[in-house]
Amino acid sequence: MTWTLILSLAAAAYFLKLLGSVIIGHWVMPPVLERCLLLIPAALLAGLIAKDTFTVGQELGIDARAAGLAVAVIATWRKLPFVVIIIAGVGTTALIRLFV
Amino acid sequence: MHHFRAPHARRFISASLMIGVAFIIFGLSFGVLAVSAGASVPQSCAMSLLIFTGASQMSAVSVIATGGSPASAFGGAVLLAGRNAVYGLAMAPVLRGGSLPSRLLGAQWVIDETTAVVSAETDPATRRTAFWISGAILYACWNLGTLLGALLGSSINPSDFGLDVAFPVMFTAMVASHLQTKQGRRAAIFGAIAAVALAPFMPIGLPILVSAFGMLFGLAPQSQENETAS
Repeated sequence: MTWTLILSLAAAAYFLKLLGSVIIGHWVMPPVLERCLLLIPAALLAGLIAKDTFTVGQELGIDARAAGLAVAVIATWRKLPFVVIIIAGVGTTALIRLFV
Repeated sequence: MHHFRAPHARRFISASLMIGVAFIIFGLSFGVLAVSAGASVPQSCAMSLLIFTGASQMSAVSVIATGGSPASAFGGAVLLAGRNAVYGLAMAPVLRGGSLPSRLLGAQWVIDETTAVVSAETDPATRRTAFWISGAILYACWNLGTLLGALLGSSINPSDFGLDVAFPVMFTAMVASHLQTKQGRRAAIFGAIAAVALAPFMPIGLPILVSAFGMLFGLAPQSQENETAS
């Protein structure tokens, strides 16, 4: 992690917040652009989930992380509290690694 | 700041504190993971103080932790932050009329959760109260959690606890609210497939940027069926 990354990301993130709330506050965004921007989290977070569960570097594979993810998906679907989701998901993977 | 009304203020303080508890836990997890990805305690805290948008922070740390380049970490995080510009448009009337310093500070607090709290209100003065109270409380909780997590992360060896799976677990909790529409679910399926299918063929971090193309499902207007399915 470098300070260059942190500070440039801070500047870019703040600029995006400022852009909507202060700079172009009177502008009406085209609905299609708004829909696309609001779909980014679904696409990118799902991509991050897949990357962090099924890859090691550039190689694909299924290991104890997949079980942890499955438990987390169920806990999220059941609308359990945030802390329960984390502990259940991480705990499942840790236990499997301990005993398998 | 702006015309606080006591009964409303109390309501927003308790509502924000409930979200704030989740923010402390989430921030704590972020702090641990940031340190495990090689960030120092000051760097972890600087990220939460200055970037203050959780998904982008987690995304950047995840890409760096798995060996991606700073450029790809930056790209994914900025794409995720793009939605704050949309929220900002909705929040602009709340900030308008305030002094320039207050608007510059308020802009930093435009995130999913403050937008959600404010959007539930209709009266302009009440919306201002909701924004400033939820913003201040959530900002404090997020940064307190990060500091605690970074200190905790420095004192343990995160790999001993299977914390690599904490990334997908946290992303799962975060993505849930974005899957309520058919377009959201399609975008997510596209993103997940792209990230895995392209991983062997691209430098680490780049498949995630391709995942973002799932946003193009938004080019199609949302049909009536989608509205009722959500």
